[in-house]
Amino acid sequence: MNKEETVQSVYSVKNFNLWYGNTQALKDISIEIPEKQVVAIIGPSGCGKSTFIKTLNRMVELVPTVKMKGSIHYNNEDIFKSNAKVEALRTEVGMVFQKPNPFPKSIYDNVAYGPRIHGIKDKKTLDEVVERGLKGAALWEEVKDRLSENAFGLSGGQQQRLCIARALAVEPEVILMDEPTSALDPLSTAKIEDLIHELKKDYSIIIVTHNMQQAARISDKTAFFLNGEIIEFGPTEKMYSKPDDKRTDDYISGKFG
Amino acid sequence: MKSTIRDRIQQNQSKQSYQNKIETIMPMLFLLMASLSILVTAGIIFTLFRETIYFFSQVPFIDFITGTEWYPFFANNPSYGILPLLSGTFTIAAIAMAVAVPFGLAAAIYLSEYASDRRRKVLKPILEVLAGVPTVVYGLFALTFVTPLLQTFMPSLPIFNALSPGIVVGIMIIPQVASLSQEAMNAVPQSMRDGALALGATRLEVALKIVIPGSLSGIISSLVLGLSRAIGETMIVATAAGSTPNLGFTPTESIQTMTAYIVQVSLGDATFGSTIYYSIYAVGMTLFLFTLIMNLFANHISRKYREVY
Repeated sequence: MNKEETVQSVYSVKNFNLWYGNTQALKDISIEIPEKQVVAIIGPSGCGKSTFIKTLNRMVELVPTVKMKGSIHYNNEDIFKSNAKVEALRTEVGMVFQKPNPFPKSIYDNVAYGPRIHGIKDKKTLDEVVERGLKGAALWEEVKDRLSENAFGLSGGQQQRLCIARALAVEPEVILMDEPTSALDPLSTAKIEDLIHELKKDYSIIIVTHNMQQAARISDKTAFFLNGEIIEFGPTEKMYSKPDDKRTDDYISGKFG
Repeated sequence: MKSTIRDRIQQNQSKQSYQNKIETIMPMLFLLMASLSILVTAGIIFTLFRETIYFFSQVPFIDFITGTEWYPFFANNPSYGILPLLSGTFTIAAIAMAVAVPFGLAAAIYLSEYASDRRRKVLKPILEVLAGVPTVVYGLFALTFVTPLLQTFMPSLPIFNALSPGIVVGIMIIPQVASLSQEAMNAVPQSMRDGALALGATRLEVALKIVIPGSLSGIISSLVLGLSRAIGETMIVATAAGSTPNLGFTPTESIQTMTAYIVQVSLGDATFGSTIYYSIYAVGMTLFLFTLIMNLFANHISRKYREVY
């Protein structure tokens, strides 16, 4: 327990509620997300996992009917306070989506996109950023000779790693992953999982996954969501061996979901 | 009765001969209908060609395409140089596009990227009503409203000028440009916008650097279609631009476009069989060629810039 408390929180969520129109999607969520660890969010479809991580970089606000109550602090800053800039938050908190969504541009331009929109123009810096991003996403060796080719020529798994490289290029602190391997084959999935393992040395990672084995393989802590609530949050090992809540046990052992 | 439906289906299926006849006749009917429009087009082109060729037996082709004076009504020594009419047409088209491109694209970006669903559902139909206004109404609008308005700023502007109908033609094609461009922008997948937003792009950056490049082919073809309409527009220019063929870009003077000339002659200024009568076919042919080239160009552009998702 004491060891737990010494870990810094990157996100601190307190009594957070969210509605889409009149439907409540998140109910009284309170959770401390530790720094430089992998936190997996599991739970059945429609339980609010994706909504939750999209709230962390405020992408959820793109839904016009959304209403929120409660507080979320990122590095001790209230992300909803009136003078908070959503663009600044999103450069510090990268996101990888369910389906790979590279831009219809070259591999190079995809990775350079983030730095470019934030005013970094000189070729030398961009070259370095692109190389570092692609190396960070374990894609460099596969694409270094064809950086000017269209990203759509890559395989699905490569595209997803390109999206990770694109997120890394703006040097974020946190990477949110919304079921990043659900559209990929097992081999590509394994590569992404290895990559996540590497990435947690430098980044805090929050990953939504449908795949409970995946959560067990890659995460340090796991949060189990059900019907918009957090049922249980704790070290992954404990969650999988002796969870406190019967519902967690039922879900992990495959009785529902 | 358990098998009623099945029995009835079988009964109906046994009446097949009637059904079969319909199935063979209908496609033929559809083909006929489709062929009819192609035949009519072919007929139009044929007439256009025949009369144009006859015209060129009277007026040398070289004089027609290089002549800088268009005075068909001169009793002795009339001149048939198409260039003044071409320049009139392109003056109108240039002014129209200078109006339609910024307004149309801005409206499209607003509708596609900023307007809420509710607002879009209200605004788009209104915009499309604008597209349904008869062009003769636009012509009167140019002559009786826009021209006097412009004259308060430019007292020397004559009542018939290219500027006023040019602006109004531009206003006329805004809805088309806006509507088609907005549809092209809408076709850019939301995941592209999400990708950029998640990197900290602002909505304006997403609009300018993701959505516009992603829908460029659709935007360009909407612009070329708009340009085609500006070139072919008749009533507005016939009403408000005057009938003075004028070579060069002269927006503040009375001009005549190819279409307006055809109207002038068709309304009875020329006797059937005269050279003037045949000249409208040559002008029509020129107009036809230009719009054809435009449409082919639009096709080519939209294929070249297509970004496949």
